[in-house]
Amino acid sequence: MPTVAPLDLEGHVVGVAFLKDVPFFAGAAGTIHRLDHGHKTTEAHDGLLSFVSDEANDTLLTGGEDGKVMRISADGTASLVADTGRKWISQVAAGPQGAVAYAYGKTTHVRLSDGTTREFPEQRTVEGIAFAPKGLRIAAARYNGVSLHWVAMAGQPVDLEWKGAHTGVTFSPDGRFVVTAMQENALHGWKLDAKPGAEARHMRMTGYPAKVKSLSWSAKGKWLASSGAPAAIVWPFQGKDGPMGKAPLELGTRANIMVTTVACHPADDIVAIGYEDGMILAARFADSKEVLLRRPGNGAITAMAWNKSGRQLAFGSAAGDCGVVDIAG
Amino acid sequence: MTETSAQKPIPVTVLTGYLGSGKTTLLNRILSENHGRKYAVIVNEFGEIGIDNDLIVESDEEIYEMNNGCVCCTVRGDLIRVVEGLMRRPGRFDAIIVETTGLADPVPVAQTFFMDDDVRAKTELDAVVALVDAKHLPLRLKDSREAEDQIAFADVVLLNKTDLVTPEELERVEATVRVINPSARIYRTQRSEIDLGKVLDQGAFNLDRALENDPHFLDQDDHDHVCGPDCDHDHHHHDHHHHDHDHDHDHHHHHHHDGPSPIHDVTVQSISLRGGEMNPDRFFPWIQKITQTDGPNILRLKGIIAFAGDAERYVVQGVHMIIEGDHQRPWKDGEKRESRLVFIGRDLDREKIERTFKACEVQA
Repeated sequence: MPTVAPLDLEGHVVGVAFLKDVPFFAGAAGTIHRLDHGHKTTEAHDGLLSFVSDEANDTLLTGGEDGKVMRISADGTASLVADTGRKWISQVAAGPQGAVAYAYGKTTHVRLSDGTTREFPEQRTVEGIAFAPKGLRIAAARYNGVSLHWVAMAGQPVDLEWKGAHTGVTFSPDGRFVVTAMQENALHGWKLDAKPGAEARHMRMTGYPAKVKSLSWSAKGKWLASSGAPAAIVWPFQGKDGPMGKAPLELGTRANIMVTTVACHPADDIVAIGYEDGMILAARFADSKEVLLRRPGNGAITAMAWNKSGRQLAFGSAAGDCGVVDIAG
Repeated sequence: MTETSAQKPIPVTVLTGYLGSGKTTLLNRILSENHGRKYAVIVNEFGEIGIDNDLIVESDEEIYEMNNGCVCCTVRGDLIRVVEGLMRRPGRFDAIIVETTGLADPVPVAQTFFMDDDVRAKTELDAVVALVDAKHLPLRLKDSREAEDQIAFADVVLLNKTDLVTPEELERVEATVRVINPSARIYRTQRSEIDLGKVLDQGAFNLDRALENDPHFLDQDDHDHVCGPDCDHDHHHHDHHHHDHDHDHDHHHHHHHDGPSPIHDVTVQSISLRGGEMNPDRFFPWIQKITQTDGPNILRLKGIIAFAGDAERYVVQGVHMIIEGDHQRPWKDGEKRESRLVFIGRDLDREKIERTFKACEVQA
């Protein structure tokens, strides 16, 4: 039976992560909390907007309303990566070789480990950024598609076009697919190994009753789990054409309670599903079997992360009620 | 249910107006006056706002067409993002103000608060306030459609810089504003000096409040329509209806001024409809159809509908193709059960709309 160690914080939780098995919880006000032999805090921002875990470096990257990009190490030390004045840093991404990307307005900035910064302007506002798993390549989601830029090389970006507003972007772990979340209730994907212009290049994933705000790739990238429905919608990506012509799994279906956050287990084909009432289920892909990880709480689940062994799940909510679930009990 | 969704929606006021119309002055007033309320302000550029305030957020105007094949279904993508960020820390402010650029189309701003589910769940569009430079409006109307759109779309118009024009010029400018938008409240101001209670917390898009609190709704001709002795402007919507309460004699003298408008630069028209009790089985399909087919040409619509056999007033309001309606309150004793509806837009077929509206009435 899973057990929950609760942590009650004030306000909306933007992100959670484990660094060296220490759970971290980032609040929207700008304080980062960690449970490392007691409750400890780091004041990172005046207003925290964006949060990612840089697993290769065992650090966190955060962006704020104060225009700052910060790196937070496992001992809670915060160091400044960039200061943009008063721009809202609503996007950060962690790349290979210590590269950090952040975006505001119409430009993506990539700061390399040697301290140099490269800029990649778009025609429209950058809504989402992600590094490719291999090679130093950054994707910027924007109106009418995604731009792919090689960071270290000069040259024209590869433009993946699809009409509409793309608000988030992710690469599959094998680098073969790029998937965006859209302003409309849909995902869109591109097969990067298909010929440009080929119809097979596009993957439309529609039918959501709400906007998709949370995406998570399963172990080895075989599946892509998503929020935006009263169930976790899990698309199959094993085949060479991705999910085209196949129905997604619908896991953890509840009557009228929307899924707000999904997090796939690091090793097994299991997804943790967080709902708008604060409940969390784990569901197995193979047989749709569900386990209750947490009963409903005070606010919608806004963030979840597994530790490396996959035994613990950290979560945070819009109301600040956080915790760590130990699935082994 | 959850703590966050149980919060009262945060009201949002949209400020429009051409460069030099006094928006920044009004904003500074709102931010510096001692009214005990805190505002988050979304601006296009920090620019001239001289007040240091953490809650002033810069945001690049980013217009998104929705992927539904409808050209008028546009939203402001940047607002969705900024509002989401602001609402994660809701205790810091009581209301949000969105300042638009001089050339901005107010429609995508307003539609954001109806079309995006997340924004809609947490905020509520309160009113669109247009600032108008009394001196330069005639010139603006000649060279831009945006100036006219801003007025046509507004709930409140501040006719500003009145000290820079003669009383005659002012009358004429106000009359022009009235022609463009018969249902807006107009205030004459200098240096954007206005009782903030007349600008903020208007509930203009709130079905419960919008029409209830607006004694001028469709009655503007009787109250404050500026109509000089020469009366040379185009009274598009002229039906001089009677006050039910004080002089209930019929003086429907419909003095339509036909022929070309001497205010050449006004392209917006308004159509005021008035009818008896409506048959809901006819009215709903009718309003759906009108907003579907003429939606791109409709800037705003507002109305109070009396349905036959219904004890409550039904209120509707719309922006382009978006339409909302709900029961508001019981009809009062002695209140005349009639249906009233106003459309503000362009290229609307007045005859067709009037005729088809009438066809929705309950047949005696």
